Amino acid sequence: MDMRPRSHPTYLAFVVHRVSGLLLALFLPLHFWALGTAISGEARLDGFLRWAENPLAKAAETILVILLAAHLAGGLRVLALEFLGWRSRQKDMVAASAGIALLVGLVFLLNVV
Amino acid sequence: MAEAASLTVSVWRGAEQGSFARFEVPARANQTVLDVVTYIQRELDPSLAYRFACRVGMCGSCAMTVNGRARWTCRTHVRKVVDADGALELRPLANLPVIRDLAADLAPFFDKWSRARGTFQPKDAPDGAVPEDFAVVPPASKQRREADAGIECIGCAVCYASCDVVAWNDEYLGPAALNRAWTLVNDVRDGGRAERLDAVAGDAGCHSCHSTQSCTERCPKNLDPSSAIAGLKRALFWDTLLGRR
Repeated sequence: MDMRPRSHPTYLAFVVHRVSGLLLALFLPLHFWALGTAISGEARLDGFLRWAENPLAKAAETILVILLAAHLAGGLRVLALEFLGWRSRQKDMVAASAGIALLVGLVFLLNVV
Repeated sequence: MAEAASLTVSVWRGAEQGSFARFEVPARANQTVLDVVTYIQRELDPSLAYRFACRVGMCGSCAMTVNGRARWTCRTHVRKVVDADGALELRPLANLPVIRDLAADLAPFFDKWSRARGTFQPKDAPDGAVPEDFAVVPPASKQRREADAGIECIGCAVCYASCDVVAWNDEYLGPAALNRAWTLVNDVRDGGRAERLDAVAGDAGCHSCHSTQSCTERCPKNLDPSSAIAGLKRALFWDTLLGRR
């Protein structure tokens, strides 16, 4: 695919929004499975939570949080464009959405991990 | 920065199937891409097909793909788009049938303006009669400002060629036709609002837009078709929710 016509911030924001949405959708079954372990017994859930303490799982968790924040912030940007008619400063809004996503990731790293 | 003495220009030759021909064109100060194409056609290869008319950014007929991006060539200076090694790549506009060489067939593009009900339908004179008086449309009114924001479209199809949704869905009406529809939805003299909103509400209409905003990014007139499409989505949402359609 020729990226030359697509190399601008709002296109990148579109790709991030789509890809984060897809990855979150793929994560959802895992999330429900983890919650489901609570039904089948405390020991099983504790076992899973202990496994989730390993650094690789924590790193994946941080990426997941950033994806979620990016999807939320990007979605709010599109809603503002479509429902409020915010025409101007779209690139600034893309930058702000990216900033919010990274900030949320940082807060997660500092407070939770 | 020293400029190269000549430009290496790759020009698409053929129709849908074809290949690039290479030309050496003397580099000049303040040269536009259209100047380069005209030089090739007049001095190097008279069989080259391309399209232009006004040369001053009014008619919208000279748009081509220049180094991968759709642009109006008469107002695009070579020095702004040329590669560091003096290379230019010229293709016809994307998302449209190619007639020959650099001339794309704009018929599908304008057909979609018709399908989006892009024709003004006077409310006071539906049978074509001349209204008795001029309509007074205050310039500061919200609707007038919405219409003014999109009215300067020259129909160059740069937005249409830059839109991924057009590439994915043949039927999609495209940014220019939807922008035109939005200017008319906001024209208080127009009586075709309901039919026009119906025409743009389908699978090929405004709801297919993914707001990548390539149209707004590339529009040479600095219009904002993406926001016009958002306006249509908004109008349809509220009209549907409030039972007005």
